Amino acid sequence: METPLALTIGVLVAAAAYLLLARDLPRVLLGFVLLGNAANLTIFAAGRIGTMTPPLVEYGALALTADAANPLPQALVLTAIVIGFGLAAFALVLVMRAHAEFGSVHAEDMDAAEAPDEPATQAPSPPEDSIPARREAA
Amino acid sequence: MRQMLLVAPILIPLLASAVTALLWMRPGVQRAVGLFAAVALFAATLALLAQVISGGMLVGQMGNWPAPFGISLVVDHLAAAMLAITGLMGLVVAVYAMGPGAQERDRAGFQPLFHALLMGVTGAFMTGDLFNLYVWFEVMLIASFGLLVLDRTREQIDGGIRYVMLNLVGTTFFLLAVGLVYGLTGTLNLADIARVAPDIENQGALAAVGVLLLVSFGAKAAVFPLFNWLPASYHTASMPVAAIFAALLTKVGVYAIIRIFTLVFAHDQALFGPLLGIIAMATMVVGVLGAAMHYDVRRILSFHIISQIGYMLVGVALMTPLAIAGSVLYVVHHIVVKANLFLVAGAMRQVGGSFALKRLGGLYAARPLLGLAFLIPALSLAGIPPLSGFWGKLVVIRSGLEAEAYVLAFVALAVGLLTLYSMVKIWNEAFWKARPDAAPEPPFAWSLAQRVATFAPIILLCGVTLTIGLWTEPFAAFSITAAEGLLDREGYIAAVLGANPVQLTEAVP
Repeated sequence: METPLALTIGVLVAAAAYLLLARDLPRVLLGFVLLGNAANLTIFAAGRIGTMTPPLVEYGALALTADAANPLPQALVLTAIVIGFGLAAFALVLVMRAHAEFGSVHAEDMDAAEAPDEPATQAPSPPEDSIPARREAA
Repeated sequence: MRQMLLVAPILIPLLASAVTALLWMRPGVQRAVGLFAAVALFAATLALLAQVISGGMLVGQMGNWPAPFGISLVVDHLAAAMLAITGLMGLVVAVYAMGPGAQERDRAGFQPLFHALLMGVTGAFMTGDLFNLYVWFEVMLIASFGLLVLDRTREQIDGGIRYVMLNLVGTTFFLLAVGLVYGLTGTLNLADIARVAPDIENQGALAAVGVLLLVSFGAKAAVFPLFNWLPASYHTASMPVAAIFAALLTKVGVYAIIRIFTLVFAHDQALFGPLLGIIAMATMVVGVLGAAMHYDVRRILSFHIISQIGYMLVGVALMTPLAIAGSVLYVVHHIVVKANLFLVAGAMRQVGGSFALKRLGGLYAARPLLGLAFLIPALSLAGIPPLSGFWGKLVVIRSGLEAEAYVLAFVALAVGLLTLYSMVKIWNEAFWKARPDAAPEPPFAWSLAQRVATFAPIILLCGVTLTIGLWTEPFAAFSITAAEGLLDREGYIAAVLGANPVQLTEAVP
């Protein structure tokens, strides 16, 4: 069970890395979703895997049976899924808003935030005895 | 009573966020509730700080679950100081946000998001559980997303996309690391992880997880080479938002690095010490050089956030009591000074009509008080005695010399000089030179109440900077106590887990 799970996580991370490097923002977003799923599977795999017994304490018993599934990773993954869903929803709205604003979803077409600012004064012209002048003197 | 006090810094912003969200249609009432909550939060964090100073570390187990099973809240000296400074920043920015532009901001939902952000920050400072730390990071992150794009301008949407995408990846790495830590140690309680970490068989995997954590916290703290989201986005935010971001967000990342690497990975210092030292140096240099090339007040200040993060990492890189004390002192000083500089930049825009240095000028002749209010934090940032930054830099550099990390100490000194260059650049261009002909008119006249709301926080923070600078002794002593507390891992573990921790060997999956 471990080998296919590890392979799945590896494929997910590779696909996520490929998508995250795209210039197209919806692809980047999909990359984030895949990476989140890979992280969730990692948490799941970090607990015990390979048992189908639900982690429920029998009536009258005080503890779980020995072969029960580990409930903690399930709780963590559930929390992480909810958080990841919220973040992805926000990012999607932001991308849609950017599309409405810039008419494009390409990262290269968005340059409003890092437009170069004007220098305080004009760059000083090179002094007279600059490199060509010195070369002539030599 | 102590237990109530322990959860107050989380409950107060939570309530404030919920109540202000319910009052969506009534911005005036929202503002009053928000201010009241900010005052209450500051009072609660001060009371907590007093408790910690008099009675030592405070530990609470949520839901009364014994230590490694439930979520622990732990407030030691460092956390208490960070909480108190968060309370101060919350109050100061809540007042400042009543200045010009308050109505537009409040209609866009500033108050609920602001208090949600404060809740995320205080939660991250208090928690003693790795997964819970992840959750607080996310609370903080989603609130900061909303705050950043509050005005919905083109600039903000673009900056917001850069900020959101890079931070999403950073937190996903954190989640991945949490899963791997759980797989290796079988626990998520920080004290419990610290207890079992040195005895883990697979130290290589643990170190790899440490690097993964360093990447995700480093992305949050904007260290080299993961800082690119910060100068791309911070200058687009409205000024109160930029001030609270500059004060708190990156510092949560720094706090997480300090906490995790002094507690959990202290036994692997031979690997992480030099690594953090190199990162610290590169961060200092890159940040200060980035600031040198910009001519927009906000962008210069954004790059200086990055450069100062380097100083804070020196403590964890060297791991001596003095170095960590220096980091603690530096974080506290830096939060006050950096927030104040952003507040002053907002006031400069209000008076001079622009953030671009080319369009500003003659501000000192027009508003000498504003000039003074800029000089105090600016010179403190550069480390001019007797202001607070001087003592922070002195302790950091001296610890570097004592640990024979001469390169690190030299870089820290040189970067201080370049910081002075940037600050003098702002001073010369905006305050000293004559007002240019092309200077824009100030956007609008402001009322007396707006003026008070703008300048009262600035003057208060100048006062704090001067107090730390002129009366350093208690702050330095506190920092040393905090550093000793951080290095006393056994004390932390015993305080959280109790004297005889439950053996969890069977729980390791």
